Amino acid sequence: MTGSSRRDFLKKSSAITAIAFTPAIAVKASDLKLDEKLSEAMEQMPLNIEINGEMHHLKVEPRLTLLDLLRERLKLTGTKKGCDQGQCGACTVHVDGVRTNSCLSLAIMNDGAKITTIEGLANGNELHPMQEAFIKHDGFQCGYCTSGQIMSAIACIHEGHADSETNIREFMSGNICRCGAYANIVNAIQEVKAGGKI
Amino acid sequence: MNNFQYTRVSSPAAAIAELSKDPLAKLVAGGTNLIDLMKYGVMAPDKLVDINRLNFNEIRKEKGILHIGSTVRNAVASANGDVLKYQPLLSQAMLSGASPQLRNKATMGGNLLQRTRCGYFYDISAPCNKRQPGSGCSAIEGYNRMHAIFGASDSCIAVNPSDMNVALVALDAVILVSGPKGERKIQMADFHRLPGLHPELDSTLDKKEIITGIVIPDNNFAAHTTYLKVRDRASYAFALISVAVALEMEGTMIKDVRVAMGGVAHKPWRLTAAEQLLKGKTASLQNFKTAAELAMKGAKAFEYNAFKLKLAPNTMVQALKTASGIKA
Repeated sequence: MTGSSRRDFLKKSSAITAIAFTPAIAVKASDLKLDEKLSEAMEQMPLNIEINGEMHHLKVEPRLTLLDLLRERLKLTGTKKGCDQGQCGACTVHVDGVRTNSCLSLAIMNDGAKITTIEGLANGNELHPMQEAFIKHDGFQCGYCTSGQIMSAIACIHEGHADSETNIREFMSGNICRCGAYANIVNAIQEVKAGGKI
Repeated sequence: MNNFQYTRVSSPAAAIAELSKDPLAKLVAGGTNLIDLMKYGVMAPDKLVDINRLNFNEIRKEKGILHIGSTVRNAVASANGDVLKYQPLLSQAMLSGASPQLRNKATMGGNLLQRTRCGYFYDISAPCNKRQPGSGCSAIEGYNRMHAIFGASDSCIAVNPSDMNVALVALDAVILVSGPKGERKIQMADFHRLPGLHPELDSTLDKKEIITGIVIPDNNFAAHTTYLKVRDRASYAFALISVAVALEMEGTMIKDVRVAMGGVAHKPWRLTAAEQLLKGKTASLQNFKTAAELAMKGAKAFEYNAFKLKLAPNTMVQALKTASGIKA
């Protein structure tokens, strides 16, 4: 089963489960689309945001985080939700070229911003040098932290913090890897830095 | 997260007006602490007032005085040329806090108002006088490894988590604020408060006031500053103990000195008695040890943080050694 069909399957099966366990009156309410009307009545604010080069004109609730906008609304699920508390770095994206934790940023506060996510790095079928280097150096095991690590690693070089192993480790400390691929991640960053392509 | 209203303001007066008409409104800039607390349900403002478009994002130096706007990002301030050249202690302290991603968002004003990381404050099922006045303190008899050894009360033993604040109190910073009654200045040493009977109040800032900037007076410390932070991992962790030291040396003589500690109290903890003792003395291990002993006067530990009674003076001596450059 491929990744996308597994995702679709989970979505369908959880929707069926939700209906099976929902009281009849709520099912009726959802038939009448009352919940949608309710959420429309709550304040929705306009948000103009550029993501991976594409402009989006959206309406969002103020409480929607940038991370949930990417994953739940725009289906850009490459950015991961780890802790959702700014403690792991799995949700790292670039906002106007600067790395930030998308879980602690409200989408609405990024009005007018340019966001780059892991999906925006490759040039067609050609991977970004940092993506290539992570593969070459085994910079991951389970892969859950990898998008955040790669986004952070690119920023680390752009900021000028990749000039020594000590500095790389310090300035990559906002990205936790529970598999412990740190040594290989450092190697990948050092190779890309030495390559001078980014 | 509870839903809330969101508005952007383009003048300090508009921000103050929003705070004045809605006591449950909160200002937001970086949001790295506030949004986290809102997810936990620890804070539930009914309106967020976004101040990122205010013109408080400047760093400038005038006649030796460094002025840093309140919405300057921690990453920007810590890499700023004037900060590095004239007040390196501030840069060192900020770079030892949080992570690069968080520092890119977090602002100077927000860091001043950063709330405690006491686990019971975050746990909405536990009594906590800071979160819910009158409900009790779970930390006093609980797991209090991270907690205060100075200035705690029967209501609260939480500590201020900021590294930046420790450097600012050592550097005699002044906080510029604006409110319905106009502008005023608050000395950094008076900005944060001890818990006493009102641990729900972290600072002396009025609810209708906005921080506009931070001013650091001129000094001659730049050549001899150290921020030493001891924590559970090498980086990206809150301090168990941190010590900020700034020295003005004349040969081996200490002409002027500032010492402050983090991770020990409800506010950044300035050690004025130890400073008085060291002023005019030779930089020596013995003098540093005597000063550290004096600094610990009145310290009181709880069940799980007794280690801080040794770690704090040891860290202070080490920081003084590093800042002064003595070998012994």
